[in-house]
Order: sequence, then C-alpha cells, then structure tokens
Amino acid sequence: MSVMNTQQADTAQVWDWLEQVPDPEIPVISVVDLGIVRGVQWIDDECVVTITPTYSGCPAMQVIAETVEQALHEHGIEKVRLVNQLSPAWTTDWMSEAGRAKLKGYGIAPPAQQVIDISGLKGGIKRSAGPALTVACPNCGSSHTQLTSQFGSTPCKALYKCLDCLEPFDYFKCH
Amino acid sequence: MDQKLEYLLRQGDNALILSQQLSKLCGKGPALEEDMALTNVALDLLGQTRMWYAYAAELEGKDRSEDDLAFLRDAQQMRCCLLVEQPNGNYADTMVRQFLFDTWHYFYMQAQLNSSDARIVEIAAKSIKEVTYHLRRSGDLIVRLGDGMAESHAKTQAAVNNLWPYWGEMFKYDAVDEAMAAAGVAPDAAALRAEFIEHVGEIFAEATLTMPALDAWMHSGGKKGVHSEHLGYILAEMQFLQRAYPGAQW
Repeated sequence: MSVMNTQQADTAQVWDWLEQVPDPEIPVISVVDLGIVRGVQWIDDECVVTITPTYSGCPAMQVIAETVEQALHEHGIEKVRLVNQLSPAWTTDWMSEAGRAKLKGYGIAPPAQQVIDISGLKGGIKRSAGPALTVACPNCGSSHTQLTSQFGSTPCKALYKCLDCLEPFDYFKCH
Repeated sequence: MDQKLEYLLRQGDNALILSQQLSKLCGKGPALEEDMALTNVALDLLGQTRMWYAYAAELEGKDRSEDDLAFLRDAQQMRCCLLVEQPNGNYADTMVRQFLFDTWHYFYMQAQLNSSDARIVEIAAKSIKEVTYHLRRSGDLIVRLGDGMAESHAKTQAAVNNLWPYWGEMFKYDAVDEAMAAAGVAPDAAALRAEFIEHVGEIFAEATLTMPALDAWMHSGGKKGVHSEHLGYILAEMQFLQRAYPGAQW
C-alpha cells in the first residue's frame, strides 16, 4: 500500500484557498464569494470540490473549473476532482456580503437580495421591468436609476443608467 | 428508439436550433443592446441544450457525446419543432418567433418542475430562471413593436400571421409525448395550451395586435424529423466543420 507523502489540509483550509480564486469575468470577487463552490470534502486521498454553474451557458465555468484545480495543485493537493452539480440551482442569494461589497466597489451594482420571481407572470412579466427593483448607482449611490436592458455584457448582468450622475453601469441581476 | 431518449432530444434540439438561429444575428442586431440580448439568449439556450444532450447521451449509453448529438445528425434525425427553424427575417419575425417560443418554453419549464423525472426537474429549475428573463424581454418587445409606429405595427402583425401556423405543433402530442405525459414525465398538453393562449392573448391585446384564429390549420412534423427546407441550410452551416473535417477537435 502506498503511503501519502502530503498531509491532507483540512477542508476549512481548502475553503480559504478557494476564497483566493478569482472569478474570471469579475476578478475582484472570488468563486466562493459568488456562491459557485457548493462543497469541499475529502474522499480518501482525493479532494472533491462541488461547483454549480451560474447560468447554464456561462462560458466561464470551464475556466473556473481549471483555475480551481490549478490553485489546489499549487497548494500541494495532488488529487482534485471537480463535481458539477445542477441542483439546487444557483441563486444570487448565495453571494456573500463581502462579495456584494466588492462588486459595488468595482462599479457593478450588486443584486437586490431576492431571487428572480419565476411565478410573476401576472402584471410583472408583461413589460420588461418585472417586479419593481430599486438599484442604487454604484458610482454616486443615487437610487434614481433606470433599466436600459435586461441583458448586459455577460449573462449575469443587466444594463442600467443613473439619472443623477448620468453614468451607465452594470447591475448583477437577481437569479 | 427509447421514448424518453426521443423526448429529451426534442427538448435539446429546440434549444439548439433556436440558439443557432439567434447566434447568426451576433454583430447584426438592430441596436447594441438588442445585439447583446440576442446573444445572451442564444448562450442560455446553448447551455440548456447541453443539459438535455448530456442526459440524453447518458440514457442512451452508446458513448455519443453532446457534440456528436449536435453535429453528427442530419435533418431527418433532428427533433426540433418547425417554429424554431423559421428564418430570422426582419426583426419583427425574429421577435414574434421568440415570443411564441418563450411563452411555450416558460409554461413548459414551469410544468417540468413537477416532472416525475428528477433529472428533468433539475434541468427545468436551472432553465426556468433564464427563460423568465427571455419571456419578459420578448413580451416587452412585442408590445413596443406592435403598439409602436404604423410600420412596426404592420410588420409585427404580418410576422404574427406568418408564424401563427407553427405553434400548434408544440401542443400536439404524439405517441412519445403521450407516453411521457402518462408517466408524469411531461406536462398535460391541454392545460399548457390554455396558459399559452391566455398569455399570448394578453400581450397581443396590449400590443394592439390581432390574434389569428385559434382553430387555424397548423403545420406539424418537426418532432418526427419531417422538417421545412430551412433546417437543411441551418445544419449545413452549423455542421460544416464536422462534415468537412470529421473528428476535428479544438
């Protein structure tokens, strides 16, 4: 029987390491802040990291998986296995407070703290805005803002503009 | 062919072909925001395609990959409905096609949340959030175009009239759908159809569009692989690389 030559880091340590792995699209927040990492566990000598996609077609997922694997290798973990989990579906409610603050500092309005209302057909869905949301401008803090488009530069963002400082900005939409 | 496999391919093929159609508009949208929205929707649909194909491939157990299912099947083997293969046309055509599809898709995915198949519930739970955004957008645009200027109204009404005979197929169940519905995998067609008609009616009313007759004659065949001529052209472009260079990989 072979003897392992690396000591197993405890899972709390692995979570700490993953906190340092940036999201490839929005590098100020980590994959943990974003709520993509759903679990870390050891199965024998293999470190199993469970991740979940933000949007089903998010092209960053492949890069995220590779970056996570590489980061853990660099910390001396030899065997890393990524498990892609669909359910429960990712929601912006999983984004950490630290992550929200970092997004705002980066100029992206963080999601209003509620998942998208998928049942809101009556009234809400008829016109594009959906349920009325107050999105504060990340530049000047004004809540006097307007939706430009529900679809922005990446699947997870919408476009807004501030009617006070007149800056356009990205809004990380509820999901 | 296994009925559930057939059923899964229908879902995946609808998403794939509409995604491919929307992708063609990348860089050609009528406004920057529209361009981004179209490609975002295309991307969501592509992601959903992969979830359906991954499940279908596992179920089939013949070592076919998601790519094999997308690139190595010819028109007669594709199971998408005829609506999604209709041409992009002008922007009213694109958006009416999208709105009819999104409305069906929204209610279908809602119902799939109660499927007896746990994997389908997972896929639906992931998809429904995206589809809700799609439907909000397409419903809004139909109102803007229909209740906009005389020309946009006329073009949108023409698009509605032209595309109208293509939605009935989505609610016309054949033996596969019936078997899936009986097993609790697929939703009940009649209830779904009523929800579809109600929402389309509400949006058309707000858009000042005339809703064509509900009992109008409807095309069908896509689910069984009997397609319009358009699909061949779509596949010729989408599958070119695999046909010219079989087995090519990135």
